[in-house]
Amino acid sequence: MRAIPLSYVMRNLWVRRVTTVLTAGGMSLVVFVFATVLMMSEGIKETMVATGQPDNVIVLRKGSGTEINSAILRTQASSLEALPGIATDSEGHRLLARETVVLNNLPKRDSEDTANVTMRGTTQIGLGIRPQVKLVQGRMFRPGTSEIIVGQAVAKGFANISLGSTLMMAGREWTIVGIFDAERSGFDSEIWADSDTVTQAFRRSVYSDIIFKLNTIEAFPAVAKAIADDPQLQLDVKLERRFYADQSEGMTRFITLLGLSLSVIFSIGAIVGAMITMFAAVASRIGEIGTLRALGFRKEAVLLAFLGEALGLALVGGLVGLAGASAMQSVNISTLNMATFSELAFRFKLTWVVSIETMAFALLMGFLGGFVPAWRAGQLSIIECLRQA
Amino acid sequence: MFLFKLLLKNAFRHKLRTLLTMVGLIVAISAFGLLRTIVDAWYAGVEGTSSTRLITRSAISLGYPLPVYYADRIKKIDGVTGVTWLNWFGGVYIDNRNFFARMAVDANSYFPLFPEFQISKEEQAAFMADRQGVILGRKTAQRFGWKVGDTIPLSGTIYPGNWTFNIRGIYTVKDARFDETLMLLHWSLIDESVKKRLGSLAANQVGLFMVGIKDPSKASVISQEIDTLFRNSVAETRTETEKAFQLGVVSMSKAILMAIRAVSFVVILIIMAVMANTMTMTARERLAEYATLKALGFSPGFVVKLLFGESMLIALIGGVVGIGMTFPLAKGFLLQTNNVFKVFEISQETMAFQAVAALIVGLIAAMWPAWKMSRIDIVQGLRHVA
Repeated sequence: MRAIPLSYVMRNLWVRRVTTVLTAGGMSLVVFVFATVLMMSEGIKETMVATGQPDNVIVLRKGSGTEINSAILRTQASSLEALPGIATDSEGHRLLARETVVLNNLPKRDSEDTANVTMRGTTQIGLGIRPQVKLVQGRMFRPGTSEIIVGQAVAKGFANISLGSTLMMAGREWTIVGIFDAERSGFDSEIWADSDTVTQAFRRSVYSDIIFKLNTIEAFPAVAKAIADDPQLQLDVKLERRFYADQSEGMTRFITLLGLSLSVIFSIGAIVGAMITMFAAVASRIGEIGTLRALGFRKEAVLLAFLGEALGLALVGGLVGLAGASAMQSVNISTLNMATFSELAFRFKLTWVVSIETMAFALLMGFLGGFVPAWRAGQLSIIECLRQA
Repeated sequence: MFLFKLLLKNAFRHKLRTLLTMVGLIVAISAFGLLRTIVDAWYAGVEGTSSTRLITRSAISLGYPLPVYYADRIKKIDGVTGVTWLNWFGGVYIDNRNFFARMAVDANSYFPLFPEFQISKEEQAAFMADRQGVILGRKTAQRFGWKVGDTIPLSGTIYPGNWTFNIRGIYTVKDARFDETLMLLHWSLIDESVKKRLGSLAANQVGLFMVGIKDPSKASVISQEIDTLFRNSVAETRTETEKAFQLGVVSMSKAILMAIRAVSFVVILIIMAVMANTMTMTARERLAEYATLKALGFSPGFVVKLLFGESMLIALIGGVVGIGMTFPLAKGFLLQTNNVFKVFEISQETMAFQAVAALIVGLIAAMWPAWKMSRIDIVQGLRHVA
């Protein structure tokens, strides 16, 4: 079968520029929404996965689900320290930290609003087992003092946060001595301080969680079993990475569900647009179709030519929409994570998978919009066509 | 009348195209309405507040505990009519998808402060008599098919363990603005569980106080008075009106709400492009006709009127059907989302916005072709007949 040259197809798009621009423009908006939603949930996933280290384990009170709800007694913490399988550093210290996590309601930088910031009381060891956390300004807090270091997203998003300034929290003044970069992980949205100071200042009698590093990741099942078998403990054990992935699940599911259903609804508009355009294209070129058929091109070739035109429209729309979406990569946003009730900063992340899915979505819209008109073009009889022309 | 007839004939000359355009419009206008309704639903908590209630919570953050004896001290402030306290219970019923708000309240002082919650005297008495009793909002009871006498098993999150509650009453609300999904349990029950688990030092803690006041205009004065009372104490407070408090909670999700709002305008832009395309094509096909009309002596203004009229007619029909379609769409959406939204009503404002959006789409879509057609050269236009 001889195909109709591609140049014929593409030139048709060019001849009716206004229509092409309007149809592809509508499609590109749908594609933009579709892509940004996928990028958003990719961004949240990226942030949360980066937060957990593969061989760190977090222990929370049974059923608590989040660090804020959790409470671990001192006696429980002591029996955890004795567990086998926990890594040690060169000086023989066990790589385990007792942490206290509290939420603080702080004013945002660019608006009247306030948001909850996670404050983590930790230790030198707690810092050591999260190598992604690196100071970019100032210095580390000293144990036993009201000194704090803040994540980059907190420094950017909240008011009065700069090196040397103070924050009032729990009736106490805290001095910011450092700003850290946590490689786009959830820790970027946190404030860190000394564990004992936080416990005292916030009048807590219990810890929020225990975090430790395993000798090897293979030791995890044994450690988890040891904790589960001890009836005194009543604790949940999770790999840190798994824990943070779970925390983001509700949020990514919500965004993906909302975004995808919107994209589907919106795409109806764009498909209708493509259909209108293609029906008109067929109607205005009836004479041409007849001529092509008379020249010996088969029905299928005509169908393919018009389908190709619709796909060409979709390709233009898809590329424009994707280009717009990729510009969103420079935008950082932060919002409430319902699971932790605290603010989480993340970005729109464009991956290859997202790009491919987006283009496939655009072409699908083109196909759905273009198939019926193209099929009808193929079905027209030569004589009818030539008579009408 | 003649003009209108011509418009109607013109609009439906290309039945398929007009129909497709209308389908697009209907989808866009109803989606726009749905999105606005979702954003409104988020703010529903703000609407369902009372100006005679203040909320006192820890200055650290919401949910950070305050000692229960603060209630007695707040009560003594002039202009305060009543104080009650509550704790967020959390908990999970089977799994997280079955979410509804569960709060531990002090039953004696709670109901006098919430006159909008209506419950029979008998049910209230039954609730008071049962330590494990709960009162349930009508919507939640309906959602799970629960009735008075049923038990609800929950696994604790903030308060560990497996809990079983007996439904002792079902409350309704006076006005659709208010929340009809709550589960209220006895605060004393969870306080005892804390005492047993962590000792009496950890007990007697509450999540927040609700303070009833006589005169709404005194709200800020009384708020300040409460906060001053506890300044430099073991637990400082932050007091604000119920409305301000709810707004604060909603604003935490602002980024998402703004995104939804932005997207609701994108759908209007999409349909604008589709509609403009339809009108451009229509105009192009009728070039010869318009030239004929002009040749017959009709003014360029008449051609403009024809195009705008046709565009507005399609937009109007699409808009009206679109507004109508929003209702079943919203109902379906609410069912799909497991009733996470307490209040989900399409406001009159939303409908007005939908109508305006449809008309703007109709206007803008006809602009470019109308301008072009009013300027066609008669000879050129007539030649196009071929």
